[in-house]
Amino acid sequence: MKILVAYKRVIDADVRVQVKPDGSGVVSEGVKLSANPFDDIALEEALRLRDKGIASEVVVASIAPADAQPHLRNGLAMGANRAVHVVSEQAVQPLTAARVLLKLIEKEQPDIVLMGKQAIDDDASQTGQMLATLWQRPQATFASQVEVADGKATVVREVDAGLETLQVDLPAVITTDLRLNKPRFIKLPDIMKAKSKPLETIALADLGIASADTLKTTHYAPPAQRSRGVMVKDAAELVAKLKEKGLL
Amino acid sequence: MSKVLIVAEHLDGQLNASTGKCVSAAKALNPETIDILVLAADPAPIAAQAAQIDGVARVLAIANPANQHAIAQVLAPQIVEVARNYSHVFGPSTTFGKDLMPCVAALLGVAQVSDLMAVDGPYSFKRPMYAGNAIVNVEAPADQILVATVRTASWPAATHGGNATIETLSVNAALPNHTRFVKLEAGKSDRPDLQSARRVVSGGRGVGSEENFRVIYQLADKLGAGVGASRAAVDAGYVPNDMQVGQTGKIIAPELYIAVGISGAIQHITGIKDAGTIVAINKDPDAPIFEIADIGLVGDLFQILPELEAALS
Repeated sequence: MKILVAYKRVIDADVRVQVKPDGSGVVSEGVKLSANPFDDIALEEALRLRDKGIASEVVVASIAPADAQPHLRNGLAMGANRAVHVVSEQAVQPLTAARVLLKLIEKEQPDIVLMGKQAIDDDASQTGQMLATLWQRPQATFASQVEVADGKATVVREVDAGLETLQVDLPAVITTDLRLNKPRFIKLPDIMKAKSKPLETIALADLGIASADTLKTTHYAPPAQRSRGVMVKDAAELVAKLKEKGLL
Repeated sequence: MSKVLIVAEHLDGQLNASTGKCVSAAKALNPETIDILVLAADPAPIAAQAAQIDGVARVLAIANPANQHAIAQVLAPQIVEVARNYSHVFGPSTTFGKDLMPCVAALLGVAQVSDLMAVDGPYSFKRPMYAGNAIVNVEAPADQILVATVRTASWPAATHGGNATIETLSVNAALPNHTRFVKLEAGKSDRPDLQSARRVVSGGRGVGSEENFRVIYQLADKLGAGVGASRAAVDAGYVPNDMQVGQTGKIIAPELYIAVGISGAIQHITGIKDAGTIVAINKDPDAPIFEIADIGLVGDLFQILPELEAALS
């Protein structure tokens, strides 16, 4: 069984993102970049399925600028067998990303596509669902538990009402939630080994995909600041303040 | 003029409040018409509730045993059959809508606007990115159907008093059978629903244990509040995951939010930024939660909470 992992590079989760004063975007120069945390969880899950002997090959794929090779090498160092780098200097929107991934699916014929439930930069939470739709295959989103057997995946999903269990026929798209697993740390010898693993690069233009990037982001603004609050000394004063505001 | 179709969210025959919030967002477009689409095995009771929402023209109901559980790849082809008659298709930015609406957009071959928080025009919106650290203006093409999920915390619950007509529809769409619903384990709670509660009390890692969380429940019950938690409290096993508030959990906007033993990581703050009044109780005076709290109290929660309860009686 082959697993394809979509593996996006984003501004690191611990960076406090700043909007540029002219509203043209967020400050990205000199900012630490990392794998999208949900995608690290997806890769970890794929590696665990390989460790159990269920999967035989794990391929990481990213749509990213040419300078993102170290990002894919990180995925290889974590344990992926191969990497595919679709080179695009511009970020693509989710429907275009889904079209790119569908092209890779046609070529790679994976049994499972694992990816994060959302990227922490655009927070769209769309690509996996769009991919499953275009592929005409099942989706199991927001997964916190995945079991694979007999050509089916049984997936526990984190939904607002609690935990939902779905069984899907493979091939399928599974998107990961935070509690699925804890990604492993990369060890130094693995970084050395990753340098000799196969990394294929494809220019986005060579895939012949119609771009679906129809949304224009015209202005970025920082969120409205809350006015500075007050400190109270004890519970009685807190209750008095809440009563004053008409909240009790 | 815009014609808006809203996909209703429901569970166990009850319409979810998120549907009414989508109606509020739709009204901001000043559209020609707002219709609600109910897909269920037995849509009648849900359609009746939807028809009472003020401002709704028609409720369209599709009955199909395949719609017993909300499986996105089953619902989406049916929605698309109806959606072609509309300029806008909205669903809530809940796990239901997030799972489903991108499938609708992909079938229509259009982009989706996620977490719509403000309307500037029929094809011009605001939405948050980077865990709410940037609010962006998005312009969408006017010559395509606009698919969006509506950020429920940004919109008021719709008022009742409407009297929409209910029509039953049958659609011809090939439905897949590759996905089977197994079960839903709901976190049972008699307390107000987290996403619609006017007051919410949340506990974090500082609460210390599952057992200690009872002090949070006690305070919540005293206030008639819903109970939430930070990711740290969920990961530590103090409470189930459906109580998590934040970027990856629920985004809420109660009138009063009381954060107890929560440091205030960016990802948590994303979930509560729109709360009316934020109260923080934490023993660390440097905790980031105090930067956004309207009222802060530094001290030991195990001492403060009983005092607070006493002061409330």
